[in-house]
Amino acid sequence: MTLLDVRDYGKTFHIHHLGRTISVFANLNFTLSAGQFLLVSGANGAGKSTLLRCLYRSYLPTNGEALYHSQHGTIDLARAADADILLLRQEEIGMVSQFLRPRPRVSALELVAEPLLTTMPHPEAQAQAAAMLDNFGLKRELWDAYPTTFSGGEQQKVNLARALIAPRRLLLLDEPTASLDVATRDSLAARIAELKAQGVALIGVFHHPEDVADVIDDTIIIETQDSLDGVLEDLIG
Amino acid sequence: MLNPPQINKRVPLVSARQLNKSYGRLAAVRNVDIEAYSGEVLGVVGESGSGKSTVLRLLNLEEAVDSGSYSLDIDDLRGKNLFDLDRFDRRAVQVHHIGIVYQNPHLGLRMRYSSSGNVAERLLITGERTFATLREKSRDALSASEFPLDRMDDPPRVLSGGMQQRVQLAKAIALKPRLLLLDEPTTGLDVSIQATVLDTLKRIQRQREITMIIVSHDLGVIRTLADRVMVMRNGRVVEQGLTDQILEDPQDPYTQQLVHAKL
Repeated sequence: MTLLDVRDYGKTFHIHHLGRTISVFANLNFTLSAGQFLLVSGANGAGKSTLLRCLYRSYLPTNGEALYHSQHGTIDLARAADADILLLRQEEIGMVSQFLRPRPRVSALELVAEPLLTTMPHPEAQAQAAAMLDNFGLKRELWDAYPTTFSGGEQQKVNLARALIAPRRLLLLDEPTASLDVATRDSLAARIAELKAQGVALIGVFHHPEDVADVIDDTIIIETQDSLDGVLEDLIG
Repeated sequence: MLNPPQINKRVPLVSARQLNKSYGRLAAVRNVDIEAYSGEVLGVVGESGSGKSTVLRLLNLEEAVDSGSYSLDIDDLRGKNLFDLDRFDRRAVQVHHIGIVYQNPHLGLRMRYSSSGNVAERLLITGERTFATLREKSRDALSASEFPLDRMDDPPRVLSGGMQQRVQLAKAIALKPRLLLLDEPTTGLDVSIQATVLDTLKRIQRQREITMIIVSHDLGVIRTLADRVMVMRNGRVVEQGLTDQILEDPQDPYTQQLVHAKL
């Protein structure tokens, strides 16, 4: 069952105060089915993360369409109303980025349970959060502590647990293994296999694709238009 | 241009159309449209004089509009232009359905009354007269805004800035309004205090399915709280979108400048 049809997809940034236009990728075409894991590959700065952010709509794509077959009907993610995107982010589409945004006074367990609170009672959400943290190997004594004080690796475990806890139909993974130890990378690969078996579709950018080699179904290669290396960080922040 | 909503079939709680307001020759708000859904947080950003606080005062029915319509999707109000209501009905909508927190606690609180008294005052307006009930409901509201209850009889003037904002918040939510308006609620607070107040707001928003419209020039506050953002300049909306999109991929030259200057 096809979940996503991406056609003639392209992204161009216009940096007004410099009068600059940066074309990141253009004429991208691919389809994704339920239960499939698609790896996005390409040189550094080719725009791999940009593609994920366009699909999640953190960036506005410039050209083409991304037809997503949601449970509410088919919708073009490239032009969907903000209210529709918010609904899909709540129910169907998840993004796993490299970084956690911990909040003061919120424990690891609470942070992970949070995405479930709209759909189930608090104790049940906490129980699932505990299982998820256990799965990614966060030490029990840290569950009630505040992630603001955690190391990079520990924060990343919380981040993964939080991002992967709520059921989703489409998951976008943006270099989620960056600061992980081997054991956690293995748990992530196992979790991806489990999600695929449940019919979840995934698109991922990985710095070390060998971490997830066994679960990759297909690869798309993004060819460099204008390299983004360092440019966006400098210009857009 | 984006498509109209297609799969989200809900009716927005707040719909304001073509709001205009001038002060003499100064056009403070020009052709502003606002929609916000139940349980949603809408951020309004812009520099001083952009018209963002005026928009909030119009939505709080504090000021007369020059032209425009404003409705709330609430049973007895559906389809009514709230700007057309008489003084008494307007006051009733303000009291029952809208809460507001100002940047300056002096605007929202009586500094010499007790904190619980400030909250109880809101309840008195609705005709509640039983002391025990007033006390209990005030306590509930103060507790929801995470105010330390052992200080509920202290007057706001002896409290810290963060605590004063919590009293304002308790007063604003005491009658469980559907709409909460926040005008720079954490501006001027220490960064660590600001974070805990924002956290309280987030918790209240989630637990009560309340709609929040928050005006701030602080993009960090907006990033923490808002689902969507409206960017205002010279009384007009120059751009609006999902919070992450506005902050990470702003389209308008002015928004690019604003985001670039602040991050």
